Amino acid sequence: MADFLNSLVGSVDPYMLQILVNVGIAIVLALGLNVITGLTGQLSLGHAAFMSIGAFTSAMVTIKTGLPFFANLAVTGVVTAIVAAAIGFPILRLTGDYLAICTLGFAEIVKVFFLNFEPTNKALGLTVPQAKTSIPMPIYVWVVAILAIILVTFVQNSRFGRALKAIREDEIAADAMGINTARYKIQAFALGSFMAGIGGGLYAHFLSYINPSDFGFLKSVDILAMVVLGGLGSVPGAVIGSSVLASAPEFLRFMSQYRMLVYGALLVFLMVFRPNGLLGGVNVTELLLRAIGRKPAGK
Amino acid sequence: MLKVENVSVNYGAIKALQNVSFQINQGEIVALIGANGAGKTTILNTISNIVPSVAGKITYLDKDITKLPPHEIVKLGISQVPEGRRVFAKMSVLENLEMGAYTRSDNEVGSDMEKIFQRFPRLNERKKQPAKTLSGGEQQMLAMGRALMSRPKLLLLDEPSMGLAPMLVEQIFQIIQEINASGTTILLVEQNANMALSIAHRAYVLETGEVVLQGDAKELASNPEVRKAYLGE
Repeated sequence: MADFLNSLVGSVDPYMLQILVNVGIAIVLALGLNVITGLTGQLSLGHAAFMSIGAFTSAMVTIKTGLPFFANLAVTGVVTAIVAAAIGFPILRLTGDYLAICTLGFAEIVKVFFLNFEPTNKALGLTVPQAKTSIPMPIYVWVVAILAIILVTFVQNSRFGRALKAIREDEIAADAMGINTARYKIQAFALGSFMAGIGGGLYAHFLSYINPSDFGFLKSVDILAMVVLGGLGSVPGAVIGSSVLASAPEFLRFMSQYRMLVYGALLVFLMVFRPNGLLGGVNVTELLLRAIGRKPAGK
Repeated sequence: MLKVENVSVNYGAIKALQNVSFQINQGEIVALIGANGAGKTTILNTISNIVPSVAGKITYLDKDITKLPPHEIVKLGISQVPEGRRVFAKMSVLENLEMGAYTRSDNEVGSDMEKIFQRFPRLNERKKQPAKTLSGGEQQMLAMGRALMSRPKLLLLDEPSMGLAPMLVEQIFQIIQEINASGTTILLVEQNANMALSIAHRAYVLETGEVVLQGDAKELASNPEVRKAYLGE
């Protein structure tokens, strides 16, 4: 099995493979933020901080223990979620811009913490040993990405997901409906950060080197751009958004020095012509059913 | 049924309510009337504990609910139709009604929804539309339907006439009387004192955070002071 997977991965052009893995990791990260910002409507500018907590936790687990990689990722996710819940408890009382600034500040603190944390080599960064698994990393990343898609789709259509959407639409009305808004916001924040942590763990083991500066404000904004571009609150949107934005800088490489200029212009045009995101307000299931000539089931 | 005793609420340094006391008996329609900023909405939000009180006590069916979190209060059977309707804009009419039944786990939610659609036929016609595409009157009906989905024993209505055409206001008030007749006790907050006093059994008049007058709705409606201050005479 492992041999077959290895030869499968080996048959793909390494450059393409790199892009594919970047996309896979971006999907996990964007779906996590989609739960927090897209579904629950809590604007977070600190998603990369949770990614870095995950990356360093996962790297340290690999260095210090012999846990197999899936257990490593599970531990990493839970640790990140606990940190998020602890942080979310006080800051999720805030809303909108205030919350955004607060998460931004938290992300800076996390960065400075790792820049000065002896066990993770301070600003030198950490070299991450190979993951303890026989499955090649690219396959691993995509399995996790697909699991993440299934998880978030499931959450979105659950009772829990409906409560999150109600909080996004109107928190006071949600309160009046008997929804425990404080608890649900913390749970959503923890779930999104759980996924950010796992994304960080994958990132660390795929790149095999991590540096606190990789997880700055710009990284958080990148992830937010993926979610907004795809369409807030839409799972297919987050997948498309992260695929486009994670691969665009590479596919635009032929333009050499104009690359980032075009990338920026692309963002501006998309937001002007699709302000709700590529798939914002689009019911993908319905479209697919129409495409194969069946009427969507009425409620 | 509900007893509010000496409740005070502050917004920072501003005293929004001072020693407010009133009570609601089973089966009544009680109106709270008063000008802008008198503290009418604050009272409703304090009963639901969306806004915490600094002093006083609120008892509901002999149970102290002063410090209970909002979601627990909904479970006890107190449901609020917030000011300005506050429907979930991007959710469909059907989903809005489902959210109203969020605290319920029994299997009669479906049949209750049918009853709502019978009471508000317009909602049935528009059940798959996003709530934001509804007119003001329809949104008010949706907000009321949504609150009824939790099977409240006590319904708190905040300015149901706000921004509605006179004809719609009459229709909404008609429905409020019907809801009351089918066994739900109602606390009605209104600026439209005329309408409120015409359907209420009893009423309280609030002025800058204090209860200044109370009594039978008919008597208050003929009280010269009330007529002068709130009924435009």
